[in-house]
Amino acid sequence: MTGIPLTHILFVSTALFFIGMFGLFTRRNMITMLMAVELILNSVNINFIAFNKYLYPGKLDGVFFTIFIITIAAAEAAVAIAIIINLYRNHHSIDAEDAGEMKF
Amino acid sequence: MASHIYLLLIPLLPLASFLVLGLFGRKYFNSAAGVTGTLSLLLVTILALFAAKDYFLHTGKVNGIYQHVVAFKYTWLQFSPHISIDMGFLLDPISVMMIVIVSFISLMVHLFSLGYMKGETRLATYYAFLSLFTFSMLGLVISSNIFQLYIFWELVGVSSYLLIGFYFDKPAAVAASKKAFIVTRFADLGFLVGILILAFNAETLDFGILIERLTNAQSSWSIAITSASFLGISALTWGLVLVFAGGAGKSAMFPLHIWLPDAMEGPTPVSALIHAATMVVAGVYLVARLFPVFSGDAASLDIVAYVGIFSALIAAVIACTQTDIKRVLAYSTMSQIGYMMFAMGVSKYGGEDGLGYMASMFHLFTHAFFKSLLFLGAGAIIHIVHSNEMKDMGGLRKLMPVTHACFLIACLAIAGIPPFSGFFSKEEILTAAFHANKFIYGAGLFVSGLTAFYMFRLYFSVFWNKKSSPLLTKNEDDVHHAHSEGTITMKLPLLILAAAALLAGFVPFSKYVTADGVPLEAGVDIFFSIAPVVLALAGIALALVLYRKENDRPVKMASALGGMYKAAHRKFYIDEIYLFITKKIIFNCIGRPAAWIDKNIVDGLMNGIAAVTAGIARLIKGIQSGKIQNYTLYFFAGIAGLAVMVIYLWR
Repeated sequence: MTGIPLTHILFVSTALFFIGMFGLFTRRNMITMLMAVELILNSVNINFIAFNKYLYPGKLDGVFFTIFIITIAAAEAAVAIAIIINLYRNHHSIDAEDAGEMKF
Repeated sequence: MASHIYLLLIPLLPLASFLVLGLFGRKYFNSAAGVTGTLSLLLVTILALFAAKDYFLHTGKVNGIYQHVVAFKYTWLQFSPHISIDMGFLLDPISVMMIVIVSFISLMVHLFSLGYMKGETRLATYYAFLSLFTFSMLGLVISSNIFQLYIFWELVGVSSYLLIGFYFDKPAAVAASKKAFIVTRFADLGFLVGILILAFNAETLDFGILIERLTNAQSSWSIAITSASFLGISALTWGLVLVFAGGAGKSAMFPLHIWLPDAMEGPTPVSALIHAATMVVAGVYLVARLFPVFSGDAASLDIVAYVGIFSALIAAVIACTQTDIKRVLAYSTMSQIGYMMFAMGVSKYGGEDGLGYMASMFHLFTHAFFKSLLFLGAGAIIHIVHSNEMKDMGGLRKLMPVTHACFLIACLAIAGIPPFSGFFSKEEILTAAFHANKFIYGAGLFVSGLTAFYMFRLYFSVFWNKKSSPLLTKNEDDVHHAHSEGTITMKLPLLILAAAALLAGFVPFSKYVTADGVPLEAGVDIFFSIAPVVLALAGIALALVLYRKENDRPVKMASALGGMYKAAHRKFYIDEIYLFITKKIIFNCIGRPAAWIDKNIVDGLMNGIAAVTAGIARLIKGIQSGKIQNYTLYFFAGIAGLAVMVIYLWR
């Protein structure tokens, strides 16, 4: 572990974050967008773990935060999928562009 | 002083009957409403007579002077330790007299209405309103506190409004009720300001204390109110004149009389009760109630006298030209109240000089009987003829003998022919005027002749004139069957009131009702009464010549008088002057600018705020595109912006 500097790990997490961002902006499929959101969350998780490990090795705060985020992500996925199913029932589509009624 | 609890029933019974009839009457006992109302009034009348007997003969007199007794007092609103609005029950000669008159006349009207209003669908409402009026009027006369009087004063105004507009599907009635309400309200504004001036300076609202403080010239309150002045006139005069303005509005004195003739759109018994016998004399009663204060201020008393005589004069002239039977009676009422007013105005406080006060109250007393009799008689006539116009009547004496006899008695009474009641009271008014002011005496004498003339013009036109009634000639049998003279409930009040109009003059009034409570010796001076009686007889004779048989003399006389007749017939254009002032001057100079400010500035401000909001919404609503990606982008931009702020700026 000593060989890998912190910046490498941060680079990975940054890359992961922007891949997720790109996916969120470009995709119209709700499932794909949900997956992109998961990527963003995981990039944050990596950041927490990395900073915990490199800066405060004696503490576990970052680890606990990560576990929290994973839990929240699971719940969020459940809610999101429920929303997607309802969207499908109403519009027979899970394309985000098709659900535009809430605009002015 | 024995128990006074039964006195409280006098105002409370009509209130209870108003509540019961008003809330439940229409639904549950519409047809029995009249009997209910009448019975409760009968009880009130008995109690009132009993109270009067008790007061005048037993308890009221202490050492030969009638006392002011506050039989009951409940502090309702306490403003400060000294000033409070009380609900009280004041017993003194005039209030006891008024209780009797109000309840008695009201009973007669209730009774008459049983026949007159038969078949009316809103009978319970009608009787509820009558009860409300009786309650308010009784509350007014027993007030021990000037503010209590004001409250009941307004209540009386409301019930009068409701009853004038009783036939609310008739546009004329609605207009008349509005006119009455607005004109009297305008006058009441003056009354309220007057109350405030007097109460502020005397530091009390209670009648007894107010009078005591303002009549004692040495007291600090009296000095304060006479030394304070506005526009060179003392605060006392201002207060009294404004209070009198309220009274003049209610009593239809010039120039606030315009509502009274129109008020005749209401049911005729109502006119008898409100606009002839009781409510319209409230103004006189108010002046009488505050008379000790008035008598200390010559200027305001002069105004009372001159307004009174002027109203009496013009009303009598107008009455000679009107053709609507009820309007003639309305103007005659105004004229008689003018009599009472100037009698007040020429009076002084106490002793022999207090004759005017006594005469005024006496005339109020007798006038109540014969004027309500005239109105109820007119009601009986209208009931048969179905018209208010005198030209539709004539020759009715055969058709309705009882009404004819009663009407004749009332006409003789109002004309001041001895020994009918009007003679005695009028005589005393003229005597008082003769001693105080010769000009007023002369005008009063002239009015007395005019009164006899127009009353007998009415009498002859209605009961004689045409050979036989148009009703009879039309279809004789039908009419006889369909319209007899009215039910017993319609005739009985006429007969009772006729008896009262005949005999009321013999009441030794001066022994009971005087300004200071000390009995006054007043008799009729035979030599003095020659002039008015001769004038009255002349008036009657003139009416006899002109109107007994159908002829063209009245028309000739009218055209000979030309402009004079026309002006009087159009009521001296006072209505038109009012319309000119309100429509042309007040509307154009105050109403229109106020409306402009409201429409353009007040509304404009609101509209501007709304327009700005709408504009901003139009500008930014494009942001809400309905595309999730766009929202995410904004969200991300926001987060990025916050991050930049936190990292670079916040530090």
